[in-house]
Amino acid sequence: MAEQNLENQENLGKEVLRMTNIHKCFDTLVVLQDINLTVHHGEVVSIIGPSGSGKSTLLRCATFLERIDGGEIEYLSKTAAKTENNGKVSYANKQEMKEIKKYFGLVFQQFNLFPHQSVLQNVMGAPVHVLKRDKKEVEEEARILLQKMGLADKADAYPCNLSGGQQQRVAIARALAMKPEVLFFDEPTSALDPELTIEVLKIIRQLAEEKMTMVIVTHEMSFARAVSNRVIFMDGGVIVEEGDPEDVFGDPQQERTKQFLKSYKD
Amino acid sequence: MTFATMLQTMGSGMLKTILLFVLTLLGSIPLGMIVVFLKKSKFKPIAWLTDIYIAIMRGTPLMLQLLVWYFGPYYIFGWSIRGYKFPALLIGFIMNYAAYFAEIYRSGIDSMPVGQYEAAEILGYGKIQTFFRIILPQVIKRILPSVTNEVITLVKDTSLASALAYAEVFSLAKQISASQTSFLPFIVAGVFYFVANYVVAWIMKGIEKSMQYYK
Ligand SMILES: Nc1ncnc2c1ncn2[C@@H]1O[C@H](COP(=O)(O)OP(=O)(O)O)[C@@H](O)[C@H]1O
Ligand SMILES: [Mg+2]
Repeated sequence: MAEQNLENQENLGKEVLRMTNIHKCFDTLVVLQDINLTVHHGEVVSIIGPSGSGKSTLLRCATFLERIDGGEIEYLSKTAAKTENNGKVSYANKQEMKEIKKYFGLVFQQFNLFPHQSVLQNVMGAPVHVLKRDKKEVEEEARILLQKMGLADKADAYPCNLSGGQQQRVAIARALAMKPEVLFFDEPTSALDPELTIEVLKIIRQLAEEKMTMVIVTHEMSFARAVSNRVIFMDGGVIVEEGDPEDVFGDPQQERTKQFLKSYKD
Repeated sequence: MTFATMLQTMGSGMLKTILLFVLTLLGSIPLGMIVVFLKKSKFKPIAWLTDIYIAIMRGTPLMLQLLVWYFGPYYIFGWSIRGYKFPALLIGFIMNYAAYFAEIYRSGIDSMPVGQYEAAEILGYGKIQTFFRIILPQVIKRILPSVTNEVITLVKDTSLASALAYAEVFSLAKQISASQTSFLPFIVAGVFYFVANYVVAWIMKGIEKSMQYYK
């Protein structure tokens, strides 16, 4: 981890992700329109907005779980997807995509841990089997990560014996074990009770202090305000407002933003 | 015929039944997996042919299938079928059970939540790795009860080999009973099938237990 942080410091401010003019529809339903999102090294970006506004779809497009219908996606200046002159979107070839996929991780709302694997196996699996790294070295790192997550004593437990909060922290450790350049979170605490939410938010906050680059979709407004460098408010598939959290939360300019934030105050 | 010689004769039939049973499982369990892959093939004609194969295997009596596999080569091609009885039985049983296992595997695979595939994809697992490391182990646990049912049915279905007068337990029981005018061979056969299924159930329960460490 220490090594990674140093690297992050050097890269601080460099562009990790650039999404340009992203369009996405499901059949006739337009879900994302003209979305532009750039994320720099060390930045924490929060995305807020009502349910159905396209937040998950945006993350799923960024992580290639969904194909975009228009626009461009770049990771560290490498083009992953772009719109050709004929209007069709083309993705980089398999080998390039494999490399680009190493740049990001994704933490799901429903954790999606592998239930048949122990906590340690969940965390070690991808570095060992995908990156083909040395097992001993990976285990050492995995144990350090678990300790950081407050789960040192759960290494041999199975997901079904953990609380939701613990499961989500394992999922974060599993993502971090791949040393991604940027980590996406899709409502990481929405499936959790309030007490368990706190422990997960604490971990994310800690990562933010370590300058981990993160894009977080969340409904935890005070958390978003406290940890992010930038907040994006989405509604109806477009970015309605975006800026410094103090500005967006303290003095929203758009009517829709005001209404949305008001619904959270009541 | 003394009870001892009768048991001895039937013993040879039991070995044949067990051989047929074991070889059928060894063939049909992996073949069923291949059938699922063919059924899920993106090349449609292969997927359709596989569907037709499964439909025939499940829609016609196994006994009839055995007769077709055995006599087919003679009636269709005029080939000699001397010494072909056991291979014909094996082909018939394996092809039939592979279709049933394929359906069990398919339902197990389809029941897997999409989140497992997505988590694996994000972590960079390839398609084959995802299947063997993430999906298959969980599918095995899910389908084990159905597989147990199928295996127990197979123990009893081996008696259909008597349709080709193959000298397994059931055929022998019928023969000896007729020649000795005795009911005893049927009792012996019944006890044999019952004990065999008991052993199968016990083994399957053991496998199920070994997978109970997670939900
Ligand atoms: N796979 C899909 N097929 C069809 N429509 C979808 C699919 N996924 C999402 N949608 C639709 O896209 C819109 C945005 O969904 P989503 O990105 O999940 O919103 P959010 O995460 O902001 O709640 C919704 O109207 C939703 O119904
Ligand atoms: Mg969502």
